[in-house]
Amino acid sequence: MLKIENLHATVDGRSILNGVDLEVNSGEVHAIMGPNGSGKSTLSYVLAGRKGYEVTEGSVAYRGEDLLTLEPNERAARGLFLAFQYPIEIPGVVTMQFLKVALNAQRKARGEPELSTPDFMRLVRDRAAKLRIDLDMLKRSVNVGFSGGEKKRAEILQMAVLEPSLCILDETDSGLDIDALRIVADGVNALRSPDRAMVVITHYQRLLQYIVPDRVHVLSRGRIVRSGDKSLALELEEKGYASFERDAA
Amino acid sequence: MADLDTIERIKHIDVDKYKYGFTTDIESEKAPKGLSEDIVAFISQKKGEPQWMLDWRLEAYRRWLNMTEPKWARVHYPKIDFQDLYYYSAPKRSPAPKSLDEVDPELLRVYEKLGVPLREREVLAGVEGAKVAVDAVFDSVSVVTTFKKELARAGVIFCSVSEAVREHPDLVKKYLGSVVPQGDNFYAALNSAVFSDGSFVYVPENTRCPMELSTYFRINEKQTGQFERTLIIADKGAYVSYLEGCTAPMRDENQLHAAVVELVALDGAEIKYSTVQNWYPGDKEGRGGVYNFVTKRGDCRGHHSKISWTQVETGSAITWKYPSCILRGDESRGEFYSIAISNGYQQVDSGTKMIHLGKNTSSRIISKGIAAGRSDNTYRGLVSAHRKATNARNFTQCDSLLIGDKCGAHTVPYIEAKTSTAHFEHEATTSKISEDQMFYCMSRGLSQEEAVALIVNGFVRDVLQQLPMEFMAETQKLIGISLEGSVG
Repeated sequence: MLKIENLHATVDGRSILNGVDLEVNSGEVHAIMGPNGSGKSTLSYVLAGRKGYEVTEGSVAYRGEDLLTLEPNERAARGLFLAFQYPIEIPGVVTMQFLKVALNAQRKARGEPELSTPDFMRLVRDRAAKLRIDLDMLKRSVNVGFSGGEKKRAEILQMAVLEPSLCILDETDSGLDIDALRIVADGVNALRSPDRAMVVITHYQRLLQYIVPDRVHVLSRGRIVRSGDKSLALELEEKGYASFERDAA
Repeated sequence: MADLDTIERIKHIDVDKYKYGFTTDIESEKAPKGLSEDIVAFISQKKGEPQWMLDWRLEAYRRWLNMTEPKWARVHYPKIDFQDLYYYSAPKRSPAPKSLDEVDPELLRVYEKLGVPLREREVLAGVEGAKVAVDAVFDSVSVVTTFKKELARAGVIFCSVSEAVREHPDLVKKYLGSVVPQGDNFYAALNSAVFSDGSFVYVPENTRCPMELSTYFRINEKQTGQFERTLIIADKGAYVSYLEGCTAPMRDENQLHAAVVELVALDGAEIKYSTVQNWYPGDKEGRGGVYNFVTKRGDCRGHHSKISWTQVETGSAITWKYPSCILRGDESRGEFYSIAISNGYQQVDSGTKMIHLGKNTSSRIISKGIAAGRSDNTYRGLVSAHRKATNARNFTQCDSLLIGDKCGAHTVPYIEAKTSTAHFEHEATTSKISEDQMFYCMSRGLSQEEAVALIVNGFVRDVLQQLPMEFMAETQKLIGISLEGSVG
């Protein structure tokens, strides 16, 4: 589904990614771990198409298509979703309306008919019930006045409604207490499916107790320095990132 | 960065794409260029007015001769040669049509293009039995008035000012100029001398007007100043909601629009006045466009009366407009809700005046200014309390949103409290559409334009909610259209 080859990227002229290789297949969950400044968030922004994150070398193929030439909204319409580490507030825009506009924009781009309000409401109610999310949250402006936990849950709900094929979760665990973490992880697990791939970016092994990955990659100084199965996360927890950085050097 | 890209695209804004830029070729009958007592008399005679009306106009004209144009607003434009304008034009085709069938088909097609087909207006948008009456002003003369019978049953008078002068002279004599006197300001004086037509509404005691009243009008003659005059009176305990919306065709020459609107609310009465203004804003180099120099004022003359202004200003090259409330009656209330969008080279200097004269009067001002392109957007507002206005209260909130870095937003509040019991609050913010917000929206599937429209609609939500239902959807679309050029 996703094939990243020798990806180099700069931000404000500083090189952050220095040759990332990664292949993710349908149905797989990959965890990318790494210390602060290793390039985790940069990788997620490059994949989602944020302006200012300049790819200088390498390629990213998504379902055989060159992802890097597409606008962020075109990537979204093709099924890519980024759950933000810090979800953005949009005052005055009701979350429900935001979701409807987003879903219908994607459907339109794919040449599908737009959902009517009743159909959309049914879909949202169904998804919210599965994730045990209170619909009252959706009557408020997008992320405005949301607690840290609410913001992350709203991101997961957006993901559930938009039904992406490739989910990138950027430090979804940051700022969550253990209960909130469990709720979010349950939501993510509910969305695991054979035709959906997930890339879970995290600093701590903690999240991976709840979202068990198929593969774990260690990102250091803009490169993946080790890959392994879920036991790699435990090894990391034990030894710390420092030993991997020495390996990389 | 998304917002840098937005700025880049705004530079290429193509206002030539102005959606409603077209003209029609209905023949007009016009007065010769220029202004004199003879022209004033010509207009009065054309409209078959009585002597008292002509005298009123001439007095206004003589005052105007001794006045000078106001210069204090933050707007710039070449000097207007008032002798180089036409002051009267009327579509030929008389006598006045009795029904829509008698209306010039060409005119109906114009409304069609505007998306305001009259037939559709008769049962507007299927809003639960709601009916919107249209006093359609084409250029200067009211061409057609609908729903008169239903209104008449309620005792509501809704007609053109010309007709009111003929049919209801006592009401006109009593109220015309009682809120905006002939000599109030340069443009109001000019309007008083040469006003061609407009709407007249009288809602009798304890009557709730059975439908929203609505006027759509547009400028359609080369170099014709448009001088609308609107007078609305809500008698004791009455309620009326009035909607005004307009678009204008594309022009090279600047067009002067100097309307006057007067509202009078007696004891316990309420008037809600909503405007959507979409005059031609000029081309992408800032040439042409309408000069919109308007005087709108409401008088809360009675106890417990209420006047509420809601405006959505998206068009015009220059807007000079301060819908105001005189809170004369004790316990009266004034409200002003405004969305002002400027793009390209547009200049907006708009706001309100809340003049507290009575006891326990209150007012509320919510202003949302959005500046894009190379435009300048100024909020100018006065809140004052007279010595006798004990316990006067005001809350003001002025928010500005900037799109790009070539535009300007300014807030100029004036506050005068002559009583120590007044309680005035003022809040103001200025912000930009952030790159974070743009990226977040786009990562969810919205295009740049959709993202800007969504964010701006969120920014103005408090004001949008004040609009009548059928105007709200229209306005949300208009906001999208107004900013269309700003992102490509």
